Amino acid sequence: MEEKKKYDQNRAPIYEALQTFRHMRVVPFDVPGHKHGRGNPELTAFLGEQCVSIDVNSMKPLDNLCHPVSVIREAEILTADAFGAAHAFLMVGGTTSSVQSMVLSACKRGDKIIMPRNVHRSVINALVLCGAVPVYVNPEVDRRLGISLGMQREQVARAIAENPDAVAVLVNNPTYYGICSDLKAIVKMAHDAGMYCLVDEAHGTHFYFGENMPLAAMKAGADMASVSMHKSGGSLTQSSLLLTGPGINPGHVRQIINLTQTTSGSYLLMSSLDISRRNLALRGREVFARVVAMADYAREEINAIGGYYAFGRELINGNSVFDFDPTKLSVHTRDIGLAGIEVYDILRDEYDIQIEFGDIGNILAYLSIGDRPQELERLVSALAEIHRRYQTDSSGLLSQEYIAPEVITSPQEAFYARKVSIPLEESIGRVCSEFVMCYPPGIPILAPGERITAEILDYIRYAKVKGCSMTGPEDPEILNINVLQ
Amino acid sequence: MELWFSEFHAPDVKHSIRINRHLYSKKSDYQQIDIFDTPEFGRVLTLDGNVMLTERDEFIYDEMITHVPMAVHPDVRDVLVIGAGDGGVVKELARYDSIQRIDLVEMDALVIEACRTYLPENACRLDDRRVHIYFDNALRFIRRCKNEYDLIIVDSTDPFGPSEGYFTREFYGICYNALREDGIMVNQQGSPFYKHDADEMQRSHKRIVSTFPISRVYQAHIPTYAAGYWLFGFASKKYHPIDDFNGEKWRLLNLETKYYTTRLHIGAFYLPAFLEKMLEEVE
Repeated sequence: MEEKKKYDQNRAPIYEALQTFRHMRVVPFDVPGHKHGRGNPELTAFLGEQCVSIDVNSMKPLDNLCHPVSVIREAEILTADAFGAAHAFLMVGGTTSSVQSMVLSACKRGDKIIMPRNVHRSVINALVLCGAVPVYVNPEVDRRLGISLGMQREQVARAIAENPDAVAVLVNNPTYYGICSDLKAIVKMAHDAGMYCLVDEAHGTHFYFGENMPLAAMKAGADMASVSMHKSGGSLTQSSLLLTGPGINPGHVRQIINLTQTTSGSYLLMSSLDISRRNLALRGREVFARVVAMADYAREEINAIGGYYAFGRELINGNSVFDFDPTKLSVHTRDIGLAGIEVYDILRDEYDIQIEFGDIGNILAYLSIGDRPQELERLVSALAEIHRRYQTDSSGLLSQEYIAPEVITSPQEAFYARKVSIPLEESIGRVCSEFVMCYPPGIPILAPGERITAEILDYIRYAKVKGCSMTGPEDPEILNINVLQ
Repeated sequence: MELWFSEFHAPDVKHSIRINRHLYSKKSDYQQIDIFDTPEFGRVLTLDGNVMLTERDEFIYDEMITHVPMAVHPDVRDVLVIGAGDGGVVKELARYDSIQRIDLVEMDALVIEACRTYLPENACRLDDRRVHIYFDNALRFIRRCKNEYDLIIVDSTDPFGPSEGYFTREFYGICYNALREDGIMVNQQGSPFYKHDADEMQRSHKRIVSTFPISRVYQAHIPTYAAGYWLFGFASKKYHPIDDFNGEKWRLLNLETKYYTTRLHIGAFYLPAFLEKMLEEVE
């Protein structure tokens, strides 16, 4: 049963203030210089007058994101109320900035932080910034699907026991593929050891509003959570939220956010957060019931084609797959003889269907608030066609393996150390000083401070041949790599 | 008082029909459905404000999309019709005794209901015992079929509305798969005249060409459609629309038509130079 909210969730204070502002017809002698779009007619024609006229600077009636006292503060209070958090921060630098602010709030130079290795690059970037040292918990891997699962309780307990001086445990929940860990147990273990529990909840906005969803971080008692409103929440790209629990001082977090966040917060982004939060609070339950129904239907239809495996709740095993996000539509493609990235490319090039990503063995189609059944039929039919036209023998396809990293130095030390660029092929045994990853999903294959092995090079070569977009290194071709001297 | 129905045929071109009465107006789960009574065209069905058929000129479309493939394929028994909730295509098909089964897949039940009530002459054969009506998404329906039909007729609305999925490569692929080894697919291909329509026509022709070994385009003149000039796609696994055309056999059936003739059958495949060029660009 949904608990009653304390505040009136029909309100959208930033949106309302912008409406009033528009009606006032204020004469702008401040930035931005396009002055409600008049100074840039081409941009106005492209984005629309409605849109550019609210692209304004902070001012008294519209509050200031760096130090909210009026409408932004009200919007944050409503957001915290909607998500069941003690405090909520509107973020305009993407969930990357939420994750970094979360890590920087909890750790400082030399502090240890326990985390799974399959985190998003933004987490390791935060360690480069602040100098904290990662203690990796190796995730279990599903052999058939080749995907990393959640954090096992015993593994977390062991990491805590071996590193009692660590300051925080970071959980990636859910993963890109929708896999959830036993968040409640992990929060308790962390708190019992006097550590914070931080959650990268980029893919979990809907957990707070849908019915029968996996447990949301704030509900599980986590101290901070980074929530990508622009993913399942429907707000504009780059808008995000940072939620904090009762054990966190919001004043300190605000100071940390202000270290790196813009002083010219975009009202397009902030109003999109405000309106999306209102929509989720008022209609989230029905919306996500529809999304789940569509995902369930698609899973059934795709599995009926044969060859593909669209996985779901049957993966739940009580530990490394404690729960599964039913809105996620991931499909294992290896058994039809195609790498996920190949199916991803065929869907786009031949069927005009853009999906979220393809990796070595799987594809992920992102379903949301904006989907309709007729597009889903196209996706399923296209997959049936790809099966008919391309199916081949799957032997010879690499299965994705989790490669346990060998950490030599902290990410910060490696990033700033003296380094030298050498050909990738000659780098075995050296310590990497930069990231190498496939994007999306943006989970590093190599992070600064890790040893380069033959196994890792094999993987990079294979991913490049199959057409993965590789990012991270200074050398865009990824023929050379920076290593410690 | 003057009442006019207007439809944009292009951003700067409007086609208007004087209205006597607005007989029907309802919004279904998929589209806005309207039926008008007009002095020049009789009753007119529009979906989302686009003319689908008029009593006055429906014969051109329905005859051309039906008799052309029927005069080429020597033995059509099982036919799948997609869209066509107005019943016009089924009315023409039902005239062939050799056809044993007509499956009609229409996603919008309300279109059929409205046409049965207000366009009874068009919808008159929907109750033929050979006709089976399925209210379903066609992509979903056809995906389950393999080697089942001799002829598929795609009678969809234009590619900018709920029928968008019927102009895609995945759709043509599953149609190919649902046809027997000598099957034929005929679809309405839009108009080549205004740029917006022409671009879409090229796109879908390209997709059909990449799916079927034989793919030709033929034309007809339909006054109430954009530019009064309409195209059909003839896609086939085995039979060529002219080389395998048996006019003699078709004439023996003694079907009376108002537009289609066996001479026109061949002529319809001879296209103007600009259109030949457009098609060659994507073939």
